[in-house]
Amino acid sequence: MSDEVTAEILTTHILDLAKNGRRLDGRGSDDYRNISVEPGFVSTADGSALARIGDTAVVCGIKLEPGKPFPDTPNAGVLTTNAELVPLSSPMFEPGPPHPRAIEVSRVVDRAIRAAETIDLTKLCVTPAEKCWTCFVDMHVIDHGGNIIDTASLAALTALTHATLPSQRFGIAETDTPLAVQHFPVECTFTRLGDVVVVDPTVDEERAGQGRLTIATDEAGNIVAMQKGLVGAFSPEDVKDLVERAFRHGDRLRAIAQGA
Amino acid sequence: MGDGHRPRHRGRGDGGRNGPPASSERILVLPGEEVPGRGLRPGPGTYRVNGRIYASVLGLLTHKPPVVRVIPLSGRYIPKAHDTVVGTVTDVQGTFWLLDIGAPRWAPLHMTGTPWKIDFGETAQYLRVGDSVVVGVEAIENTGRIGVTMIGDGLGKLEGGTSVTISPAKIPRVIGRGGSMIQTITRHTGARIVVGQNGRIWIDGAPDQLVRVRAVLSLIEEEGHRSGLTERVEALLRSGDAPSGAGTGRSDDADPDLGPNPPFDREPHGPGEPGPGDGDDDDEPGANAPGA
Amino acid sequence: MGSVGAKDVPVLMSPEGRRIDGRKVDELRSLRITAGALRQADGSAFVEWGANKVMAAVYGPREVHPRHLQENNKAIVQCRYNMAAFSVDERKRPGLDRRSQEISKVIAEAFESVIFVEEYPRTSIDVYIEVLQANAGTRCAGLVAASVALADAGIPMVDLLPAVAVGKVAGHVVLDLKKEEDNYGEADLPMALVPQSGRLVLLQMEGHMNREELAKALDLGVLGCRKIYEEMKRALRERYGPTGASGPMEVAA
Repeated sequence: MSDEVTAEILTTHILDLAKNGRRLDGRGSDDYRNISVEPGFVSTADGSALARIGDTAVVCGIKLEPGKPFPDTPNAGVLTTNAELVPLSSPMFEPGPPHPRAIEVSRVVDRAIRAAETIDLTKLCVTPAEKCWTCFVDMHVIDHGGNIIDTASLAALTALTHATLPSQRFGIAETDTPLAVQHFPVECTFTRLGDVVVVDPTVDEERAGQGRLTIATDEAGNIVAMQKGLVGAFSPEDVKDLVERAFRHGDRLRAIAQGA
Repeated sequence: MGDGHRPRHRGRGDGGRNGPPASSERILVLPGEEVPGRGLRPGPGTYRVNGRIYASVLGLLTHKPPVVRVIPLSGRYIPKAHDTVVGTVTDVQGTFWLLDIGAPRWAPLHMTGTPWKIDFGETAQYLRVGDSVVVGVEAIENTGRIGVTMIGDGLGKLEGGTSVTISPAKIPRVIGRGGSMIQTITRHTGARIVVGQNGRIWIDGAPDQLVRVRAVLSLIEEEGHRSGLTERVEALLRSGDAPSGAGTGRSDDADPDLGPNPPFDREPHGPGEPGPGDGDDDDEPGANAPGA
Repeated sequence: MGSVGAKDVPVLMSPEGRRIDGRKVDELRSLRITAGALRQADGSAFVEWGANKVMAAVYGPREVHPRHLQENNKAIVQCRYNMAAFSVDERKRPGLDRRSQEISKVIAEAFESVIFVEEYPRTSIDVYIEVLQANAGTRCAGLVAASVALADAGIPMVDLLPAVAVGKVAGHVVLDLKKEEDNYGEADLPMALVPQSGRLVLLQMEGHMNREELAKALDLGVLGCRKIYEEMKRALRERYGPTGASGPMEVAA
């Protein structure tokens, strides 16, 4: 059970501000909070990054280990993603089995990485039907100030683009090589506040919001995943407009992930 | 509690309303640090072992001889009798509501503690989950139960406006000496402000002005422990003043539930006694003269 | 602990008395603490100790859920020590294993020995520790981080709780084990000290030591804890002192 009930006057105030194109922290409806990434944050991982968007912080660690391919895809490696919304990160999260929110974040980020073919899984095959690389993408939310999805996705992409295949350690090859990343999906999340749809919501805006739409884009002009969440609605026109905004933001997020 | 290992505690302290340290005595102490001196008595925020006094919380050491105490610089709001607080209704029951006032526990408000005549089961018609209220803290029981009332001047349901939350330790700086800081803010912005001792501040006014009030409260929270705060606040407010004078945004229609316009929460400080972390400049009489 | 029959055991002690990373027997690894590293929590701290990276947060005192856990005359102290999947060499399955649960319990009890819990009846003080990168001594690093986080949260305590693991490596009693020393050494002894009283509130041991070695280990541990205590205080003074920022500190790279 959450520690926090939102004051209705705050919700009303956020919606009133939105009518005039304003937000609580002074941003415009199409502004992200301050974004930063720190690749290589965790040395025990094969690739890692700490990503911050405003007050929200997520650490992603990539671990690559030899494993067995799935029977129906003998020539492909295995990719698995998980997001931990640990109670350290928010008064709203309690210890215990994964909250549906955590499951949703994992699956939304996973969907984008997979659909975009971020990693060519056939390149992770070592011996068909016998041995392959398993790539674990573990996202650990450490501070929840709103918009976990975009922050986790940014952390994951940054970690993947800076990851190394530990071939030497597992006796699979003589030298380690970079993990081959061929596409660069990023998530971009919007929340409806009345008639205005704002990007990168804070916790208060998420609570006041009436519907959330997350759009994942890649560098080649493709939309690779979408997820509408929470209670609210978007028209097809809304969606098209948000897709354009998502491409613009996506290009900027991609540049941050790769340029770090 | 005579636990052989853990000594008796003197309470956590009330945020400095009984007098601030003079600037020369403003020492930051950490839990476990010894308070030097003889003939001292341990006050809130300290404990005594074998005749020696130690700090128990992170805060500012203050002497009001012979009592020595520590005013906490962080942490949740700890309620004290006679505090005025701003809270949110988190639960509704047949005869009472539970309020989140940012304290370690929720505070029960009984239906007889309101100016309304309410029958059993009608509580939800008066206050619902998510409503904001101003209440007075009456008493803290040994069980930890926080008694609150909505009967009294300036107490009641809050309509409109919005709330801002800052660290309770910074509230004395928001109020200022004799209410001077609050007056400065309202003079420049025309906003209505109700300051809760619990760090929750209700503000109402024109949207443009509320943005400015928020910016000032943010500044006080970030910089409130440093000197020169008054100047920085006034500079911030002056830079936003419209040429023809501040927009008033003040509504002349007092909310009937609140009675007359809620008074600024003037603390019964003695003269020259704002809260901890006060800058040296604020100790000078002329510092907050109007006409800035 | 002491991998019997392991191959490739590294050289843990040189003839000159230098350990695998060049330290002497009584030297600590590098330690840097940042108080107030998180925004949501009531109190927080980030510890970088040797190659460990540990984050701690404190929420409370706050209402207890579920209610039947509450105590009428005091606050309960709940601790959750957890390791991130990527924090160790071999990826760890997310979730609390038995080791994490045991560590959570001994840490909670250590804090309950120093927190003035009678101040807050019917509430819970929740301590969360997340290990982001592990290299031996994570429960001590977690305890140190949580102790600073508790002070940051304004929780009244007898004292801060410095903690360190002492061990025995190549027959020598040494301070602050790193990973290889923990894996291939002969004993591991984590401890937490209340500086004000000089007493220990956390003490565990695994391995082989005779009485002299144990006495030496305890003395060495107390000395180590006193040094760690200084860094804990420095971190809090940095945040709350006259030049400190009020907001959360940037986490150091």
